[in-house]
Amino acid sequence: MRREYLMGNEAMALGALAAGVGVVCGYPGTPSSEVISTVCRRAPEGVYAEWSVNEKAALETAAGAAYCGARTLVTMKQVGLNVASDPLMSLAYIGVKGAMVVLVADDPGPISSQTEQDTRTFGMYSKLPVFDPSGVAEAYEMIQDAFDLSEKYGTPVIFRPTTRIDHGYEAVTVKEPEEYKKITPAGFVRDPANLVIFPALSRRNHALIEKRNEGLKTEFSAYGKNEITEYGRGAKVGIATHGGSLGYVRENIADGDSLRLFKVATPFPFPEKLALEFLDGLDEVLCVEELDPVIERALTFTAGKYALPVKIRGKLTGDVAPSGENSPDSVAAVMDSFLKRKTTTGGRDVPAPPALPVRPPVLCAGCPHRASFYAVKLAMKGRKALFAGDIGCYTLGNAAPLDMCDTCLCMGAGLGIAQGVKRVDPDTCCFAFVGDSTFFASGISGVINAFYNQADMTLVILDNSTTAMTGHQPHPGTGVTATGQRVTPVSAEKVLKAIGLETVVTLDPLDLKTAVGEVRRVSEKPGVKAIIFKSPCVAIEKTDRRCTVDENKCVGCRKCINELGCPALGMKDGKAHIDAAQCTGCALCAKVCPVGAIGGDEDE
Amino acid sequence: MNKPSKNVIVAGVGGQGTVLAGRLIAEAAMQEGLSVKGAETIGMAQRGGSVTSFIRFGGECATPFIKKGEADLILGFEPGECVRLLPYLGDGGAAVVLDRAVMPVSALTGASRYEPSEMISYLKNRVDRLVLIDAESAARALGTSKCLNVALLGAAARSGALGLTVERLASAVKAVIPPRLTEINLKALNTVTL
Repeated sequence: MRREYLMGNEAMALGALAAGVGVVCGYPGTPSSEVISTVCRRAPEGVYAEWSVNEKAALETAAGAAYCGARTLVTMKQVGLNVASDPLMSLAYIGVKGAMVVLVADDPGPISSQTEQDTRTFGMYSKLPVFDPSGVAEAYEMIQDAFDLSEKYGTPVIFRPTTRIDHGYEAVTVKEPEEYKKITPAGFVRDPANLVIFPALSRRNHALIEKRNEGLKTEFSAYGKNEITEYGRGAKVGIATHGGSLGYVRENIADGDSLRLFKVATPFPFPEKLALEFLDGLDEVLCVEELDPVIERALTFTAGKYALPVKIRGKLTGDVAPSGENSPDSVAAVMDSFLKRKTTTGGRDVPAPPALPVRPPVLCAGCPHRASFYAVKLAMKGRKALFAGDIGCYTLGNAAPLDMCDTCLCMGAGLGIAQGVKRVDPDTCCFAFVGDSTFFASGISGVINAFYNQADMTLVILDNSTTAMTGHQPHPGTGVTATGQRVTPVSAEKVLKAIGLETVVTLDPLDLKTAVGEVRRVSEKPGVKAIIFKSPCVAIEKTDRRCTVDENKCVGCRKCINELGCPALGMKDGKAHIDAAQCTGCALCAKVCPVGAIGGDEDE
Repeated sequence: MNKPSKNVIVAGVGGQGTVLAGRLIAEAAMQEGLSVKGAETIGMAQRGGSVTSFIRFGGECATPFIKKGEADLILGFEPGECVRLLPYLGDGGAAVVLDRAVMPVSALTGASRYEPSEMISYLKNRVDRLVLIDAESAARALGTSKCLNVALLGAAARSGALGLTVERLASAVKAVIPPRLTEINLKALNTVTL
């Protein structure tokens, strides 16, 4: 045993290792990504970990391993579960032999996601048990419980942290590798009667799942991490909460408050017996939740089922905000009102500050995506064009002044959207921008669809040789695996040519003049054609190159600033100025400057 | 509920080293045998966006997040970001702030307005215990801007507002930072004298 200050994702990875996990698969996605990188760093010999090409592939690989008796972990962010939902819905019926914990990180806010979907609700829909940790140290313990439950019932189990747990830190007491559970998988044993999903099997297993879940309601009522705590004496009101919100509620319980607190660690199957104990004798209950009102619905149902004289309040009654993230302050306001006590929040009464800097995330200084977008922008000047974007750093190409992202929906969707727009608006020149990792994850089927159905579009792959937005994970095109093994890279160019595309052009986006000419030439060809802009992410490939402004030549026209929006470019004493700490010497600004005042892109 | 924990907020912009500063505070507190909780914004927000870390140590706390008006100290890596988090500072709280502004792209292109001097005078009027650090001279003394995060940390310790000693932070630097960068960071801890 030892104490370590751990990020939630690190704690969950170490918890999985302590539970004897043997196979770990996932696709990067904030806020889940650090789980697999931690496994890769800390796993004892014999544990297999991979960055899968997408979440569906991850879950299916883990399913095969679990069929053999291994304990498996699959990691993803909440929208990744949409991709993995096809195999998971069926696997819920088939079950597993070893264990499978599906770690799905939800993102209330949302802070870095497309949706505020609630994986607890997905648990109900898929009929899979759900664990919902309330802190980093608890997550370390709880994920081990999740593995045990998965193995005990032969079912995948959902483990659902939220961003604030994933990226929270606590000192955690963790096991030494010698203390990790040792699992020896039996290997694959043929059992088609139970592993081949046919309607007859599904009919039988559905009934068994419902029966199991009824039993889990009772089992979870005795689970130690579902807790009732009494504050004060003779409480007539209660608060039910979960996850990160538990800390906000506890932080806001004042001396003298009389209330009963219900912490729900397993929202599905709902611990009904324990809920009855909680509701006993209460007049009113406030449910403090993030995302869906899962506990609120369950308690409302329980109160109705047993005809209890208790009013359940929360999101459905307008007492708690129906969307967005909770905070200690927002929960304080809700509790002040519910407990009818004087206000305990707001901080100091200070005069309004001057206008605060507006800081949306932007492409880094020297980011090759900026050059790629700018080349297409120049090539399409004056033309009616669609720039369908996708998920990754390059979504930031939407920001002014580039303004080169007209749509963004989900991983790989830009390809389909470009095809659909062209069907209805045929005089639009349609581009789909996709990153290299996203291309492999979910772009390829879109290209096949376009080619097969005779679409007219230009695919632009922004290849920076990494999965940048989520923290620089490798992918099939990089030729490196999660554990650092060198492998044959998958070539996007060869994939496109194999599909049948005749025009596949690879360009250096920093060679602006060539890039603009080639974009113009390629986009005018009929059918489906592709441009691969290849230039490494500046956060990985550090350079010593810097650009400088010749103050004698600079006329202060601001064209470099206003065209590119590079964070390294500013004005100083009426002249353009380049911040040497940020500049990477990409020299795009030098090519934009109308008077040739910027230079020095050579190695120092 | 009993809440004697030390509540520290680190406020800055992605790329300034706020995450490392938070990590060093946590390590130092751990070495003191204190309980620690922390939280940080990473992901989308890192790309030049505002970045905030919360660190709470030495007391009983149910969450790493700090309520408005309950922070003991704000470490401001940037004047505007310090002002943004100021509602979290409690009565009598301290702010240790680098005076160098990071201009957002929106202000560089003229799409928004940002006047750092207004932020500094606002801080002077509103913070009971303000320590303003001259970023240029600190960077000159160090020969780099890269360790200003640790220099700021050293200043905060020396001001007494952090509740951890410079010696303890030095020990945290040795534990957390790779050996080849230890020396410059130890120097940074002692760069700013008050």
